[in-house]
Amino acid sequence: MPSVVSALEVRGLTKRFDRPAVDALDLTVRTGEFYALLGPNGAGKTTTLRMVAGLLRPDAGTVSILGIDALADPVAAKQIMAWVSDEPMIYDKLTPLEYLQFVAGLWGIDPTVSAPAAQALLASLGLEPHLHERCEGFSKGMRQKVALAGALVHDPRLIILDEPLTGLDALSARHVKGLLSERVRSGCTVIMTTHILEVAERMADRIGVIAAGRLVAEGTLTELRQQNGRTDTSLEDMFIALVDAEAAAA
Amino acid sequence: MNSTAALAWFARHEIRLAWREWLAMMTGSRGRRKRAIIALIVFAAVMHLPAYAVIGRFADLALPLGKPELIVITATIFLAWALMLSQAIESVTRVFYARADLDLIMSSPANLANVFSVRIVAIALSVTGMALLLSTPFVDVLAFGGGLRWLSAFGVVIAIGLTAAAVAIAITVLLFRLIGPSRTRLVAQIVAAVIGAGFIIALQIAAILSYGTLSRFAVLTSDAAAAYAPALDSPLWWPARAAIGDGTVLALLVAGGLVLLGAVMAIFSPRFAGTVVSVAATARPARPGAKATAFRGGSRQQTLRAKELLLLRRDPWLVSQSLMQLLYLVPPALMLWRSFSESSDAVVLITPVIVMAAGQLAGGLAWLTISGEDAADLVATAPLPSSRVTRAKIEVVLIVIAAVFAPLIAALAFVSMTQAAITALGVIVATISAAAIQLWFRVQAKRSQFRRRQTSSRLATFAEAFCSIGWAATAALAVTIPVAAAISGAITAVILAATWKISPRQT
Repeated sequence: MPSVVSALEVRGLTKRFDRPAVDALDLTVRTGEFYALLGPNGAGKTTTLRMVAGLLRPDAGTVSILGIDALADPVAAKQIMAWVSDEPMIYDKLTPLEYLQFVAGLWGIDPTVSAPAAQALLASLGLEPHLHERCEGFSKGMRQKVALAGALVHDPRLIILDEPLTGLDALSARHVKGLLSERVRSGCTVIMTTHILEVAERMADRIGVIAAGRLVAEGTLTELRQQNGRTDTSLEDMFIALVDAEAAAA
Repeated sequence: MNSTAALAWFARHEIRLAWREWLAMMTGSRGRRKRAIIALIVFAAVMHLPAYAVIGRFADLALPLGKPELIVITATIFLAWALMLSQAIESVTRVFYARADLDLIMSSPANLANVFSVRIVAIALSVTGMALLLSTPFVDVLAFGGGLRWLSAFGVVIAIGLTAAAVAIAITVLLFRLIGPSRTRLVAQIVAAVIGAGFIIALQIAAILSYGTLSRFAVLTSDAAAAYAPALDSPLWWPARAAIGDGTVLALLVAGGLVLLGAVMAIFSPRFAGTVVSVAATARPARPGAKATAFRGGSRQQTLRAKELLLLRRDPWLVSQSLMQLLYLVPPALMLWRSFSESSDAVVLITPVIVMAAGQLAGGLAWLTISGEDAADLVATAPLPSSRVTRAKIEVVLIVIAAVFAPLIAALAFVSMTQAAITALGVIVATISAAAIQLWFRVQAKRSQFRRRQTSSRLATFAEAFCSIGWAATAALAVTIPVAAAISGAITAVILAATWKISPRQT
């Protein structure tokens, strides 16, 4: 039986600032799954994902993205990956279309391929009337949608999102969720941190809970319930119980 | 809390904020505060030396003065006033647009006219305070050499500080009324930049056109200026007379400044709230971008370069911030033009001016492209090595510097081929030095923080300034005394190497 390459495989990932932010973390995300990473503020979610995205150098550990050693060959890993942070990273003086063309250029996508893809992406996020307006007057939600479209325009195989739904209205959030689900259906892998547990409950194939830089629970919603010993518990109750238990143990 | 108590409480709050902001600007962080304060004191003490060199010989001036002396002192005071006005316009604009606490204040039940009166006074105090600080070495030198009567110059600084704040408020509010809130910010900033540099440049241009030198004093002390100047008893000379120790005139000036500021507060404070509301209510208009794509394919580095150039082109605020540096190129350009018709040794002066301007402009551009990356995460996660990103950004700096300075150097080549070649080399070296310093001291920042880029690293700021001056001097010496140029160049290279050694990239 041929071995299936994981979308993300993290082993012994460690990062220390004043105190350990990520503590010998092991994490595996399968190809084509929607993985939600949950945790209280300061648990190490963003630090973990920033190390995976190549934005932060780990003190120790390995990161493998679809079989590519991301620390040894970061350029190859970045080519198939996209990162969306909670603060939209866009340029005020560019239009959404120009921004997407710039991103496509950075990923080396042929403009004849990227131009129609950019138009379609922006239209699917409800930004068609604003294609040629500079982003400087956009609301946070609109900026977040432009950033998300930028992450998708080069057709990544792994999308990492840090709180992507922050600041979005209900309709925009639905647009984004729809787009992400569509990507997962087409074989892409999505890893997302969120504080909106309902989103994780409804969208994620598997959920990981991180506390004090360590993975304290992982599995499907059903598996998490089984681990918790109660089948009728909500994700919110389980999350609070896990985090409280971890805090008490610390 | 009654109205007076509330006013006093708000004034204390403003003073505390202003003090902390100033401290943060001067020291960067809490940990380095003591060292920074000691460095500032040492710097202030050292500043007495250039102050003595510049104005030490004028300490014996006494009333009654002749027209040439009155013209020079009045022009100097006017220059100081213009710079204070420039700073005050920027401060007033910030009051309207810095939304950090305005929402809180506007939604509170406080009397807004009182609140904005305090803000106006705070602006006047901060502008005057900074001017007092900067003028202290000069007044000290004059008082030491010419007697305590020169201390009245501090009073003149206070008087012109008050009037500069009053005029700045009137100009800014009028701009709001005339062109609306959305354009006022940019126009006010450009006006501030032009006022700041305009007067000194106008004097240089007049000196070049009339006497073929870059000296401002050539115009001010000329017979023509004396002939056009008003009579000795004109109020135009009051600031000069007050500075030199005429107590009655000084009292009149300070009183005039206070009355003017009071009148502006009475007229404009009640309208400030309305103006702030109109700024908040005016959504930034949707500005179209070019329909034709700016990124037409090409390599990833080309894409990065195209982005940097497009962002520079589309940001008139940043252009206005660089305007000061470019404005200083007008006089040498004019002098160059004159040199085509008349042979003059003074053309040698063009080389250091151009090299220094290139170094300063390159420093600003390098900060924008290297540190002022609004989408730092995006560029960092792009699939290309960081060395290629850096190279593309430095290439942009070189392209812009080449576009700005190549015409001047080409014109210089018609006057002297050797001087043009030395100037070109100086521009390249100064540009690379400035870019290298920005690279070694890079910090992640927003482009909108450009105006405060100096506060992130004092060391980088001083190193950049010293290297610009050093390469400018080296280039000038290479044209006149080549042996001395080797020494000057070696000293500048040592400064650059020392900067690299102590930079965060190295340590």
